[in-house]
Amino acid sequence: MSLLSLTNMQTQIGEYHVLHDVSFDVSEGGVFVLLGRNGAGKTTTLRSIMNMWTPSKGSVKFRGKDISQMHTSDIARMGVAFVPEDMGIFGGLTVEENLVLATASGSFDPQRLERILELFPALKIFWNKQAMKLSGGQKQMLSVARAIIEPRDLILIDEPTKGLAPAIISGMRDAFAEIAQNTTILLVEQNLPFALSLGRDMAVIDDGHVVHTGSMKAFAEDNELQNTLLGLA
Amino acid sequence: MEKTNGNLLVKGTVFLVWAILLFAPFLFQDVRSTEVAARILVFIVLVSSYDLLIGYTGIVSFAHTMFFGLGAYGTAIALKTMGPSWSAVILGALIGLGISLVIALAVGLLSLRVKAIFFAMITLAVASVALVMASQLSGLTGGEDGITYRPPSIFKPAAKLLTDENGKVLRIFGVKMNGKIAAYYFVFFSSLILFCVMLRLVVSPIGSVLKAIRENEARAEAIGYRVVAYRTLVFCAAAAFASLIGSVYAVWLKYTGPDTVLSFAIMIDILLMVVIGGMGTMWGAVIGVVMMTLAQYYLRDLMGVVADATHNLPIVPELFDPDRWLLWLGLCFILLVYFFPTGIAGRLMAKGEPA
Amino acid sequence: MISKRIEQLGGVFLLPVAIAALAFVLIGAPASWVTLTIAGLSMGMMIFLMASGLSLVFGLMDVLNFGHSAFVSFGAFIAASVLTWSAGWLTSDSIALNVLALMLAIMAAISFGLLAGWFFEVVIIKPVYHDHLRQILITMGALIISEQLILAIWGGTPLSVPRPEFLEGAVIWGDVSIEIYRVFAFLVGAVIYAGLYFLFKRTRIGLLIRAGVENREMVEALGYRINRLFLGVFVLGSALAALGGTMWAGYETLISPALGSEMMIVVFIVVIIGGLGSIEGTLLGALIVGLMGNYVGYLAPKLALASNMLIMMAILMWRPSGLKPAVK
Repeated sequence: MSLLSLTNMQTQIGEYHVLHDVSFDVSEGGVFVLLGRNGAGKTTTLRSIMNMWTPSKGSVKFRGKDISQMHTSDIARMGVAFVPEDMGIFGGLTVEENLVLATASGSFDPQRLERILELFPALKIFWNKQAMKLSGGQKQMLSVARAIIEPRDLILIDEPTKGLAPAIISGMRDAFAEIAQNTTILLVEQNLPFALSLGRDMAVIDDGHVVHTGSMKAFAEDNELQNTLLGLA
Repeated sequence: MEKTNGNLLVKGTVFLVWAILLFAPFLFQDVRSTEVAARILVFIVLVSSYDLLIGYTGIVSFAHTMFFGLGAYGTAIALKTMGPSWSAVILGALIGLGISLVIALAVGLLSLRVKAIFFAMITLAVASVALVMASQLSGLTGGEDGITYRPPSIFKPAAKLLTDENGKVLRIFGVKMNGKIAAYYFVFFSSLILFCVMLRLVVSPIGSVLKAIRENEARAEAIGYRVVAYRTLVFCAAAAFASLIGSVYAVWLKYTGPDTVLSFAIMIDILLMVVIGGMGTMWGAVIGVVMMTLAQYYLRDLMGVVADATHNLPIVPELFDPDRWLLWLGLCFILLVYFFPTGIAGRLMAKGEPA
Repeated sequence: MISKRIEQLGGVFLLPVAIAALAFVLIGAPASWVTLTIAGLSMGMMIFLMASGLSLVFGLMDVLNFGHSAFVSFGAFIAASVLTWSAGWLTSDSIALNVLALMLAIMAAISFGLLAGWFFEVVIIKPVYHDHLRQILITMGALIISEQLILAIWGGTPLSVPRPEFLEGAVIWGDVSIEIYRVFAFLVGAVIYAGLYFLFKRTRIGLLIRAGVENREMVEALGYRINRLFLGVFVLGSALAALGGTMWAGYETLISPALGSEMMIVVFIVVIIGGLGSIEGTLLGALIVGLMGNYVGYLAPKLALASNMLIMMAILMWRPSGLKPAVK
């Protein structure tokens, strides 16, 4: 049984956030990449999974249970974490407070925290600083750290490399590769090299429809498919 | 807009109201009815100018009575100091209008820029300061007592508009053609003209822009409409209409005081009328005004009956005291906003429309 | 350079100090200045109690409650009634009985605030989340109803409020006379502020509230039900407003049903000046308004209300979101 399974999901929020028919299965472990042009519906898909925008039709099954009508907070409590495109950092709170809020008990698992701070050393330096003082890359790290501060089954990450410097992106890739050893990541990405280096399975979404699903390996080797689906020159 | 039954019903009712108002002095020949008719005429303009703001831009102002009051006080003070003449009326109205526009522009530019929700709070604060100042500057405004003055000579009760062969005031269908009737028709035509100008305004290109902003502010901004400029424009326009009809009311009443033109109770009346009638239709304002004005008299009478009938019970008679009619209106108001947010006109006009 | 130095010293929090310093020069008489400053600070603290709930509720849920001042006036009238009933205890020589009567009044007002706040949130506000226009209209309707209820229950004539014996009178200290009640009101406000500050900075609930003010959606994505949190904040804010009303009733000693609408204007000015969503901002706004009210009332009595308006306009031009709004 797959971890997450979307079947004919439809969502309509305003004029610009429309999904017509989204179906794909994410199996347990590794990175599943959702590719597509700007405005194709990738962010809408992630938000619909979290029920931040409620799908009007179709089903969203997490471990076999339909979560499409569940409250966002309950979905989160089932072990789904969300790293939004704008990172969703609480700027007025310190780095520590941001992380504390993401724990269920209010206290850290010391080993886990230590490992996260090794992955993202900047967070240690700014531990007691307000998060709004962090750079864009550091905020992204904090947002990802918040998602993994507790063991989760599924992490939804929306375009983590957007606007980041190449050096930071490569560090981010290593971090994701390590995280994906113990959990499943559903990654929305426009940066193709980044996606190719991480992904195991993938889907392409265009104009609110899923137009392709398959393994990343096959997709990586098929330049023609890449061109037709992503319109890359 | 499509011609639908509901639409026709609303517009037909409004035309009927205007027709009744046109002949009101002949249809109801007592003083109180004429007072009520004139009050309805004034409030039609006051409420539809408020609808221009709340219905077409979705912003809530609590300063509408302030502009109404500025127009009224401008005319009142001019008539008091310059004596009864048309030049006093016009000068006073223009001064009131000018001050209204300056304040509206300042408040609009300052607070519409910030956050729509601040606007309601700021206008409330500004209006309350205006109210306090009106009572403190008693040398100018007469304070709590207000000002009484004489209107231009043609509106004096003794004025003879038409005379019969004996030189007495001519009666038509039993109605004396005196200054009182002249004053009524002055109010009637002022109100009609201002109302028609507003109707014209909402079907003009400006009206369509306003609707676009109301539907989707972000998109209107993206298309290139300067939302703040348009909102400020509408705020100023609404203030101007309120100020002008305030001047007309001052001429009609021959008295201007905080209770008649400035008090917060009037602001609440306006709110109730516009919500009951239906926001964003202009036609609804007319219906709301008529219903509320009639209800104010009717409801009070009814409450008096209930209070008398229950005078043995604790607290109940206090709740039904005619002075507590706002309590029940407030309750109706909340229920209306919950269940009929589009008001009577909005409801009727939407019903007939093809789905 | 200078601005950095000011920032280090406390930034906008220096504003009340600057106002007090300016007033010292303008007033010229140190004894009057001390009396006015203490009056201003205690008034500011009472206004803070009334305003904090409104500010937080708006910050957390984008809900503007025009009916907020109803909690203030009900708090004042309920406390006044309780104090009148227990008048025998108030005038007693035993401080214990004095305090007991006062505590009863405060508890009655706060309990009312809690209950009415709960009712208000669930019945009045909940159906109109995310709809500003209807929120304004409906809460305004609720305000009208509650004012009318006060008129129906307590009548239209002003009500006199007995004070406990131990809070009567003044301490004379050289030329300076300090009313005990004012000091008491200031202390109550200060204790509540400290409590709120602790709640916000040191507890998990406070952390959640601060996070929710910034980004409601993300708090839900972390697994929390923001609506429950909001109900809690609303109820707390209503209780604080009722407490503010109680303190105000004792301060004025004569209260009329117009109290609610009068305070509403002041409260609005305070939250606009201070910036919505933060208790620091609200405290700052409240102290500025309290001090200005007393200084201007002394220097130019007729300008008292207009001065608040002017300072609001000036601050809005300088900082459109207020002095110290919550991070958004």
